[in-house]
Amino acid sequence: MTATLVDRVLANDQAGIARMLTRIERRDEGVDKELAQLHEHTGRAHVVGITGPPGSGKSTLVSAMALEYRRQGRTVGILAVDPSSAYSGGAILGDHIRMNALAGNPDVYIRSLATRGALGGLSRAVVDGLSVLDAAGKDVILLETVGVGQVEVDIMGVAHSTVVVSIPGAGDAIQAIKAGLLEVADVHVVNKADAPGADRTVSELRDMLRLSRRKAFQWNVPVQKTSATKHEGIAELIAELDKHLGWMHEHGELEQHARRISTTRVRWAAEEVALRDLRPGKPDFDAAVEQVAHRRTDPLTAARQLLGVDTAGNPPQTSPIPKEGTS
Amino acid sequence: MTENTAPLRVMLAKIGLDGHDRGVKVVARTLRDAGMEVIYTGLHRTPEQVIEAAVQEDVDVLGVSLLSGAHMPIFGRIFELIDALPSAPRFTLVAGGVMPEEDEEELRRRGVAAVMGQDTPPEAIVEMLRRVVAETAAR
Repeated sequence: MTATLVDRVLANDQAGIARMLTRIERRDEGVDKELAQLHEHTGRAHVVGITGPPGSGKSTLVSAMALEYRRQGRTVGILAVDPSSAYSGGAILGDHIRMNALAGNPDVYIRSLATRGALGGLSRAVVDGLSVLDAAGKDVILLETVGVGQVEVDIMGVAHSTVVVSIPGAGDAIQAIKAGLLEVADVHVVNKADAPGADRTVSELRDMLRLSRRKAFQWNVPVQKTSATKHEGIAELIAELDKHLGWMHEHGELEQHARRISTTRVRWAAEEVALRDLRPGKPDFDAAVEQVAHRRTDPLTAARQLLGVDTAGNPPQTSPIPKEGTS
Repeated sequence: MTENTAPLRVMLAKIGLDGHDRGVKVVARTLRDAGMEVIYTGLHRTPEQVIEAAVQEDVDVLGVSLLSGAHMPIFGRIFELIDALPSAPRFTLVAGGVMPEEDEEELRRRGVAAVMGQDTPPEAIVEMLRRVVAETAAR
C-alpha cells in the first residue's frame, strides 16, 4: 500500500496524487515515510507563488497562466489556498478556479487547500504538497493565496518566484502592498490592464520599487500589465518568470532557497521524531524517567541524552541512550 | 490531525443546461457553516469535468444538483465515467433537486447514497451527508 501510493504519485496518477495530498493535509500515519521516499524525486519544478488582495483576479490569472504553460508544452500543478472560516472551521474552496476554462483539462492538476486554522501546519502541508506535485513531474507549480495576512506572505516564501497582483485604480490595493507585499514580489502584475488607470498604477508601483534599497546584481523587479480574461500579457509574464528563475540559478539564489526550505523541513522532521519517540511507553524514555525520578540525572541531561545531543550541544555520541534499567 | 477530526470535503456540482444555482449555493454555505470544506464547480459543467475535479480534489462527497429534469441521462453518464476510472473513487455520490420518486429509487439502486429533494431542510442535509459518509467508511 505504502509503496504503491508513492509509485502512483511518481507515475503522475491523478487519484494517487489526490490521495497523497489528503494524507498530507490530515497528517495521516505513515505519510512521512512516503514523503521521504518522494524526496529524491523532487527539485525539478519551478514553484511560482501568486498573491494579491481579494478581487484582483488572481484565480483568472492563474488559469490563464496554466493555459499558456500548457501551450508551451509544460505540465502544470496548481495549489490554491483558501481561508477556513474562523467560526465553523468550514470553507468554500477554489470555486473561482473551477469555474473557468481549466475545468476538465486533464493535463492540469488543481487542488484546493483550506487553511484549517493551523498556521504552522498549513505551511507544512503546502511545502509537502509542492513536493508531491514536483515528484509527480510537474514542470511548473502555481501556488495561489489571498495576500492579506502574514501567513499568506510567509507561504510565499516557499515559492521560487512570487507574483504580486494588483489592479488599476484601487488605492487601497497599493496600500496593502506597501504594508508588506511589496518586498515579497519578484514580479509585479497589474491585472485588468484594460481598465482605466492601469498605466498610473504601473508608474506608482515603479516609483515605489525605485525607493527600495538596492544591492549590486539585484534582480530588477519588473511590472507586467496583464488582462487575464483577454489572455493579454500572459506570455510576457511567463517570460519574466523564466528570466527570474534563470537569475536565481546564476546568482546562487536557487541553492540558497533550497537550503532555506531544507532547514525548515529538517527542523519540522526533528520535532516530529522527538514528539513521536520521546514519550511514555518507549523503553528508553521510561528508563530516563526512572533516572530523573531517582535523582540520578536531571531532566535536561536526560532529554539531551535521549535526543543524542550531549550537554555541551556537541554532535551525537555513538551510544546516546542510558541502557541500564531498560530491559 | 486524524481521519476522524479532519473536515469533510464536499464537491457540489451543477451539470448541463441548468442555470438555477441559488439552492446549491445555500447548501454550500450551510455545509461550510457546519464545518465542511466545500468546492462548488459553478454552472454548466460536463459530467467529465465534474468527475475529474472530484478525483483531483479527493473529496469525501460528490453532490450533484439537478433541477433540469435531465437527471437520468446525466447520472447515467456519471455512472459510466465512475466505472471507467482506473480505481474505484473514494467519494460518496449524492443527488439533490427535483425528480420523480421512481427515478430516486432507480438512482439509489445504481449507487447514489442519498437523494435530497428541494424541500429538504439544510440541517437534514448536513446530517444526511455525515451519515452516508460514515456508512461508506464502514463498508
